[in-house]
Amino acid sequence: MFRVTRRYEFAASHRLHAAELSEEENRRLYGKCNNPYGHGHNYVVEVSVRGPLEGSTGRAVDTAALDELVRREVVVPFDHKNLNREVAVFSGVVPTSENLGVEICRRLKRNWKQVFPGEWPKLERIRIGETARNIFEVGSDEIE
Amino acid sequence: MAANPHGHGHNYVVEVSLEGERDRVTGMVFDLKELKAILEREIVEPYDHRFLNYEVPPFDREVPTTENIALDIWRRLERRLSGGSAKLHAVRVYETPDLYVDYFGETKCFA
Repeated sequence: MFRVTRRYEFAASHRLHAAELSEEENRRLYGKCNNPYGHGHNYVVEVSVRGPLEGSTGRAVDTAALDELVRREVVVPFDHKNLNREVAVFSGVVPTSENLGVEICRRLKRNWKQVFPGEWPKLERIRIGETARNIFEVGSDEIE
Repeated sequence: MAANPHGHGHNYVVEVSLEGERDRVTGMVFDLKELKAILEREIVEPYDHRFLNYEVPPFDREVPTTENIALDIWRRLERRLSGGSAKLHAVRVYETPDLYVDYFGETKCFA
């Protein structure tokens, strides 16, 4: 069994602000990330896929098909966007990298069978680098 | 593009992970000098600056995908590392910084 990982990048802005908390509590909790004007990151997204070798091709995943799926579902809708205002789910969910990872995972899972109709390959993990020092991982099995 | 009849090249990066208990005397899981010599002899020497399809078996018969390269490196190393307490845990092959493959052997799942 192999794990193939592909790395993608997009740039986006966000503001961390929880609707249930007061202005003061938000400032204390999120600090600079609560700046009312938002701020941006060059996000790095790693998509890991698991599968056995497919005998005739010697590959575990068609990376061109994976690229097309990630481009359509993640890179195009997120790149150079204000996540809070331009990506519908984040109008009600704080766009932390944890929540971003869950959303990316959901989008890929929702469209997975259309691109990879067989038993394999399976989506295994999403890893988001918000900065070189802040990295968030979510396993596909943990997400509905 | 990967099917260009004249081939193409990569600056491959290989990460080899071992797992095991510390030796009581040396405090090491494996002697890294020895590991370096093994990697040099078993992997770098046969692979470096070669046309994989023509010069490095089994790629005269198998497609030299990154998956198959990880598998071949695993096989070359496993027989050299099977003696001591440390065992081969994972082989990671970067084809580019944006695409890499992990192989953990046939029996194991993922850690």
